[in-house]
Amino acid sequence: MAELEAQGAAGARRPRPLSPHLQIYKPMLTMTMSIVHRITGAALYFGMLLLAWWLIAAASGPNAYATFQAFIGSFIGELILFGYTWALVHHMFGGIRHLIFDTLHGFEPAEREMLALTNLIGSIAVTLAIWGIGYLMAGGAR
Amino acid sequence: MSEGANRIVTPMRRVRGLGAARSGTGHFWHQRLTGVAGIPLSIALIVIVMALMGRNHAAVIQILGSPIVAVIMLLFILNTCYHMWIGMQEIIVDYVHEDKRKFMALMGNTFFVFAVGFTCAFAILKLSFGV
Repeated sequence: MAELEAQGAAGARRPRPLSPHLQIYKPMLTMTMSIVHRITGAALYFGMLLLAWWLIAAASGPNAYATFQAFIGSFIGELILFGYTWALVHHMFGGIRHLIFDTLHGFEPAEREMLALTNLIGSIAVTLAIWGIGYLMAGGAR
Repeated sequence: MSEGANRIVTPMRRVRGLGAARSGTGHFWHQRLTGVAGIPLSIALIVIVMALMGRNHAAVIQILGSPIVAVIMLLFILNTCYHMWIGMQEIIVDYVHEDKRKFMALMGNTFFVFAVGFTCAFAILKLSFGV
């Protein structure tokens, strides 16, 4: 106490000590998947604008829908839609992972590494499968 | 969890179980609830979008306006909007600490979710009921 008061009297404002934070830890797969879950969630949040545009364009009429189709059929549009697909699938798998954690399972070192890896590889594989089927259904590049 | 005399929570507070944030675990539970519902609804959305992507306007509005597809889309929109409303609120309170900016962000979150949700829902209803 006396020490604190002495510091205050001297007027020296030393920054308060901080507890160790993220940057001192070695990056690990599980913590990366944790932040990616949040980032994909935020991306999907703004991605809903694309869904709103699609539906409003369809409700507005052929001209508005043609504008939307021109955008989504462009390279940028397809890239955004591809990213949207991956974010949705990854966030869904990440959510399932969290539901498993909620049942108090999957916390052992090997288990949580396996779950994180399955989440990542599964999301990429399923995204590629969705687009593969999509291209087959559309009869190649539309 | 002893019934020690040093416990500062009153019996009424303990019964209500709302904790320091005064909203209890409601959001936590609702995020799980909408998350679970989001699994089949998101799969349905992907299937619907894949079936419609290459089609022309006339086909798209006919399919989107058909009862089963429209109901699935409305459920997806409602469920997702509530899920992302809670989710973004959690992100905001984690990273924005200054009161003015925090409350502006929280208001913006609510406005965004309602605007996007009502836009999507209105479009589906218009396609369903015609005109």
